[in-house]
Amino acid sequence: MPHDHDHDAEDMAARVRALETVLVQKGLVDPAALDAIIETYSEKVGPKNGAAVVARAWVDAEFADWLARDATAAIHSLGFTGRQGEHMQAVFNTAARHNVVVCTLCSCYPWATLGLPPVWYKSPPYRSRVVIEPRAVLAEFGTVLPEDIEIRVWDSTAELRYLVIPERPAGTEGMSEEALAALVTRDAMIGVVRDLAP
Amino acid sequence: MNGPQDLGGQMGFGPVAPEPDEPLFHAGWEPRVLGLTLACAALGHWGIDESRHARESIPPADYLRFSYYRIWFTALCALLERHGEVVPEELALAKVLAPPRRAERCLPAERVPAVLAAGGPTERAVDRPARFAVGDTVRARVMHPKGHTRLPRYVRGAVGRVGAVHGAHVFPDAAAHGQGEAPEWLYTVAFAGADLWGPEAEPGLVVSVDAWEPYLERA
Repeated sequence: MPHDHDHDAEDMAARVRALETVLVQKGLVDPAALDAIIETYSEKVGPKNGAAVVARAWVDAEFADWLARDATAAIHSLGFTGRQGEHMQAVFNTAARHNVVVCTLCSCYPWATLGLPPVWYKSPPYRSRVVIEPRAVLAEFGTVLPEDIEIRVWDSTAELRYLVIPERPAGTEGMSEEALAALVTRDAMIGVVRDLAP
Repeated sequence: MNGPQDLGGQMGFGPVAPEPDEPLFHAGWEPRVLGLTLACAALGHWGIDESRHARESIPPADYLRFSYYRIWFTALCALLERHGEVVPEELALAKVLAPPRRAERCLPAERVPAVLAAGGPTERAVDRPARFAVGDTVRARVMHPKGHTRLPRYVRGAVGRVGAVHGAHVFPDAAAHGQGEAPEWLYTVAFAGADLWGPEAEPGLVVSVDAWEPYLERA
């Protein structure tokens, strides 16, 4: 784990505390606003939002069509707006195509639908490799795809944020939208996992 | 800039390492950095492009060794110093030595939900038509700007196909350097794996980037 464990963690804690102290004393930062921001992304915004979008697309063909044409409006209609979700594009897996998302340049990620990204998504191994050897990377997630499936990698180099819409699993006919949403995983909406279990 | 952030296609970083328990934060200071970064952005001194440029300007040996939120923290300190809101001695002493500049724009807690829900859309109206259309064949320009750019090195010089036209958006190469929003048309351009990586490319690979018009030329 070379990338997210600093040896000087104590030093970082002191330096961050110093910055926070100075900014609060200057009146540039409201400490209650810090708490509100942290609470939002720790507790309120997460992959359940994206799962709700996918489940709606599975049960409602009109919504799926809207999502394909104008994902921003369709997703915003469910109330999932805001930072890192201003411009959305939904990319649909099919029998012939699998989609996977990365930001090779930083850590762009659809916060409004998936919450904050996991460490591996932001790390050099994922960012460097998934555009050049996605099959090898997917295999590390247990996703082994036949050679005749096209792998489409979306590098989010602008403010467009991509949401992978997995295929609805077989054997889920008659399940409620809520039950379907519970099947949808974050990794499937990034595209490192393809098949969902009913 | 050809900085440490531009990782696509680099080799030697080893396998992806998912975490079984996957904590959102790995130290108590990390959520504070997230909060401080978003709260300070509300002061309006800089936009997302300038903050990205501050992160990629960290020297490569540090960038690759730093944890994610340490990269954010290092860039945030640089931005606050650049825009005159803190001086380095204040951070060393944890003591206020100089007055703030934009305290009147401090984000109050009650406005946090609205500000986060609004985000910062980047689409802008422009009065000139898009130069390329869906289906056009284009080449990503060979360019190595010293300032900020969002055209990754691995597509430069390669020929691809326009898959979508997204309207005009704030142009990072200008906005990162205080040159205004200078909106440009934005396209999704898809490249075949072999056109990026040669004969050893994995089968059935297509990689797309979102590219502003100045990054592209007709092929």
